[in-house]
Amino acid sequence: MSMSGMSIERDGREAAVRVRGVTKEFGSGGSLTKALRGVDLDVPYGEMVMLIGPSGCGKTTLVSIVAGTLEPTTGDVIVLGKDLVAMSNGAKVRFRRENVGFVFQAYNLLPALTAAENAAVPLLIAGWRRAKAVAAASDVLDTLGLGHRLTSLPSELSGGEQQRVAIARAIVHEPRLLVCDEPTSALDAENGRITMELIQRIAVQPDRAVIVVTHDSRAYAFADRIASMEDGRIDSVSTGPHQSDPMVP
Amino acid sequence: MLWIAWKMLIGNRVKYLGIVFGVVFAALLIAQQSSIFCGLMSLTISQIRDVEGPGIWVMDANVQFVDDVKPLADTELFRVKGVPGVEWAVRFYKGIARARLEEGTYEQMILLGLDDATLVGAPAGVFLGSIADLRKPDAVIMDDAGYRRIWPGEPYRLGRVFEMNDRRAVIVGLTKASRTFQSFPIVYTRYSQAVRFAPAERKVLSFILADAAPGVPAEEVCRRIEAQTGLQAVTREAFIWKTIRYYLAKTGIPVNFAITVLLGFLVGTAIAGQTFYLFTVENIRQFGALKAMGTSNATILGMVLFQAMQVGLIGYGVGVGLAALFGWVVRSASKLAFFMPWQVLAITAAAVFVIVLLASLLSIRRVLTVDPAIVFRG
Repeated sequence: MSMSGMSIERDGREAAVRVRGVTKEFGSGGSLTKALRGVDLDVPYGEMVMLIGPSGCGKTTLVSIVAGTLEPTTGDVIVLGKDLVAMSNGAKVRFRRENVGFVFQAYNLLPALTAAENAAVPLLIAGWRRAKAVAAASDVLDTLGLGHRLTSLPSELSGGEQQRVAIARAIVHEPRLLVCDEPTSALDAENGRITMELIQRIAVQPDRAVIVVTHDSRAYAFADRIASMEDGRIDSVSTGPHQSDPMVP
Repeated sequence: MLWIAWKMLIGNRVKYLGIVFGVVFAALLIAQQSSIFCGLMSLTISQIRDVEGPGIWVMDANVQFVDDVKPLADTELFRVKGVPGVEWAVRFYKGIARARLEEGTYEQMILLGLDDATLVGAPAGVFLGSIADLRKPDAVIMDDAGYRRIWPGEPYRLGRVFEMNDRRAVIVGLTKASRTFQSFPIVYTRYSQAVRFAPAERKVLSFILADAAPGVPAEEVCRRIEAQTGLQAVTREAFIWKTIRYYLAKTGIPVNFAITVLLGFLVGTAIAGQTFYLFTVENIRQFGALKAMGTSNATILGMVLFQAMQVGLIGYGVGVGLAALFGWVVRSASKLAFFMPWQVLAITAAAVFVIVLLASLLSIRRVLTVDPAIVFRG
């Protein structure tokens, strides 16, 4: 499937993310680097879209723009019906707070907070009271099978457990867009599979969408679509089922 | 979010203690050195404070501080008494005398001569003998610290005899008195006796102690005395500050202490600032993650400032606490001057506030400019 010229609705599904002609340049003059060279991308509601490609092809830059943490140089970015390019910085911060969940490659858990407290961070950012936020986060962790690790510090958790805490943190405030950056790259096959299953089960809902940046071919089987990037452009988009690897039983 | 900031701060024990140490060091040094400075300044004015009763000191127009005695003619007393609004006025001698002890050794002493009739300016802390005994021939009252300095380890004994200017002096009483800047023993006697103990001079009257009549402001009486006699007249409080200002302006004491305080400030700022910055850099991905998740720059700024203020509060408390402990120990164990008025605490608090503010500036700049997209980089 080509992403160029895609309408906001396709196959009966409205696009949660619509990117048109996005470029991104870093530096200037002789040090000018073109990270994105005109990208079009749609991410429909209820789907998990994976961005794949070699290092330096622009995956992280694209997902940063879609998540509202980076400004494009040119182009249009519509996320959940909102024009991110036209948004003020303050509005973008509020938008991320209310609508976007993040799962990072390095987890980025706060080392001084327990698992439940870490998972509660988005609720605390939203202004919830601590006890109420931690209770809500504990419920989410419980559904992810970490009910017995609520008071553990990140340093006391395995890599898989830390990533599950990160997923809990990403979904605790029920965001409509989940952005995952290499969620399985630091995990072994079993934990990688569990992580992708959790993301698929919890985050992929009719009113939500998931974007996953990954190098990990074992995760491909969980994707509804895979956008392959090369040199700042999207080369091709394929729809599932995708071939995978030992991660999938 | 402040709770998260607090947990982040104490979560890294080594950095946390390092930052607190920098602030403690600065607060301790600033409070301790300032208190010693205040202690020294209090020594310079102790003799004014110890003379209770008169509200006005009259002296030669060129006197700059309490030890800068420029003798007056005895007749000046009557001129002062004649100024409207002066309730009473008496003579007061202040000088340095050399005493020859029974053992044949010599000792410098501060000699204070009190008005024969009224004994105005007599010490309030007499604990052996009595003020009235000063009326006896050759009688002197010596201060406790002076007695122990001359006769260390010996029991208090009235009736001890020594000589000043070849005149016999008999100790008839012992008193508590504030330490002086020179740390010489203090000897109180009658004015008529003091001028005989002192080396012969044409003029011997050091100060005139006076008080304003009821209902007349002391400042107004001082103005009248100055206008009518050409002498300098100041209130007791003004004389205290005049003396302090002299030491501040004309001696190297404040500069020396200021250098130490400044060093404490700079070193404290450097330690706290560097460690705080390292702490921030170490947590920069966490701050980036918080920003990515929708934490505003204002909240991030509040978190960093909260961390800095917490460190400042703890460092300040421990620092001034240690300084106070130091003062308590040395005041009883040594002769080091130490006086910690509330102003020292306030100045130290202000300095610590500036230190943590400076220390957090670099960190604030770092976290405010951090790109939330940093969390997507490996």
